[in-house]
Amino acid sequence: MAKVLVVAEQRDGRLKKSSFELLGASSAAGNETHAILLGEGVAALGKELGQYGAKTVHVADSPALKFYTGEAHAKIILDFAKSQGFDVILGSHTPTGRDLMPRIAAGLNVGLASDCTSLKFEGNKIKVRRPVYAGKATAEVEFIGNGPQMASFRPNALGVPKPDTGKSAEVANLSPATSGFKTKVSDVAKGASGRPDVTEAAIVVSGGRAMKNAENFKILEEMADVLGAAVGASRAAVDSGFRPHRDQVGQTGKVVSPALYIACGISGAIQHLAGMRTSKVIVAINTDPEAPIFQIADYGVVADLFAEVPLLTAEFKKLKEH
Amino acid sequence: MNIYVCIKQVPDTETKIKLNSDNTGIDTAGIKWIMSPYDEFAVEEALRLREKNAGSTVTVLSAGPARVVEAIRTALAMGADHGIHVEIPETADSNMSAKALAGALKKEAKVDIVFTGKEAIDDGAAQVSQLAAEYFGIPCVTVVLGVEYGASLKCKREIEGGAFEMVETPLPAWIAAQKGMNEPRYASLPNIMKAKKKEVKALKAADVGVADSDQKIRFKNFELPPPKQAGKKIAGEPAAQAKELVRLLHEEAKVV
Repeated sequence: MAKVLVVAEQRDGRLKKSSFELLGASSAAGNETHAILLGEGVAALGKELGQYGAKTVHVADSPALKFYTGEAHAKIILDFAKSQGFDVILGSHTPTGRDLMPRIAAGLNVGLASDCTSLKFEGNKIKVRRPVYAGKATAEVEFIGNGPQMASFRPNALGVPKPDTGKSAEVANLSPATSGFKTKVSDVAKGASGRPDVTEAAIVVSGGRAMKNAENFKILEEMADVLGAAVGASRAAVDSGFRPHRDQVGQTGKVVSPALYIACGISGAIQHLAGMRTSKVIVAINTDPEAPIFQIADYGVVADLFAEVPLLTAEFKKLKEH
Repeated sequence: MNIYVCIKQVPDTETKIKLNSDNTGIDTAGIKWIMSPYDEFAVEEALRLREKNAGSTVTVLSAGPARVVEAIRTALAMGADHGIHVEIPETADSNMSAKALAGALKKEAKVDIVFTGKEAIDDGAAQVSQLAAEYFGIPCVTVVLGVEYGASLKCKREIEGGAFEMVETPLPAWIAAQKGMNEPRYASLPNIMKAKKKEVKALKAADVGVADSDQKIRFKNFELPPPKQAGKKIAGEPAAQAKELVRLLHEEAKVV
């Protein structure tokens, strides 16, 4: 059994599903599972973390922590971790976790295995694997030296457990110093779409060069909104100016691992496949039956996407209304 | 200003990855090496900052085996003034690389700002910027799309779901660039020729205080992804295809 700290994440008072994945994996293996959560008005979220497996939730709730900064969050979590002596510290390879986890590792002078996709507990140690070369290969990560083992996980890689509403966590309040930091966040501009981030979404609908222009992505947005999905794009579509870079899936964009990836008019360049091949189920819609994307697709539809996508959207809508 | 850029050399994105004979790494024979694409935005930003501040210099650093000097030359050909190469093993992890870069920066007289790419595309760990800034002792802002330069820096930082935040930091600071920050220039032929004559200072790990114990993780037991079984092709008219696909996703794959 290991003493595990899960670095939980929230944005605007909503916990990240990726945090539930970590709690579920740790508690299912019978570990003493703690969570730490920082923010403003987040004390009430402790209970929900308990339903996913946290035994104790350590909360730093302060107006000064309303916005994430790597500097402040890392210092607070680092001081806490040092005071407790954890065997294992887990976080998510989300936009926030990517920034945060290395800073904690530096302070503890330990290694961090980032963007892992598998996790096993062995006594008070972990065994993890991660993709390398954007998923063209995977490797096991060996930890060298003493101190807690740290790892961050690709969202959706471990799976979200069912919450147990009968369980709750003990909530412990932390009162860290929240001043004296050099960096500060002055403003947050919300994303316009209201759709989930492409790296965190359970379903991603992506378009390629065959979308022809930016306006045509509307049909993918409509499908995405029926499914609660994010909209992604290939590099070809981004370089043609159809979508912003933040939507790009691939080796020079984002690496995603959703439960369902629907590739529309994407031929499947090696760099794109690298960014989405760990998706659980892949659907490809393309007019070219020889397109490389069909080699990794679980379901292939040889069809004109402009005819197929609206029909699919209608079918998904029927299913959801059922 | 004394401007620094840290870069990494990585296999070209077209590379088909093969494993070495004992699965302890990849087979590097025949690989075409490039500067990691995100680092190009870092180099470009450094050059633009130099152009706005007369008397500034841009120094490019890279830590790695001897081959990484080629990537330093690429940055020099884009227009950087000096290069520094810290020799560390091929198998160095993010922590050792960060210690090497921070150690080399500590030997410099004055460092005003450091740029890096937000991650390298080989291991995609996205760790070195934060680690090295921490070891060098300056604030770090990652995934930066743009900077307003002044007495302090106002950085537009990308967060999830298409949202942004403005992060303010004093100088010196470490800025990790995201694609879209600028449009990197191509090296002109005369600049490529000039770059060959520019000085690249060579440092050993021990010169910058890096020890074997700075390696904290090691990759092993490499595997190639298992070949995917051929999927189902769904035939028929578009309407029938749509119906059948949704049925399969719901009943067989159970993902909707």
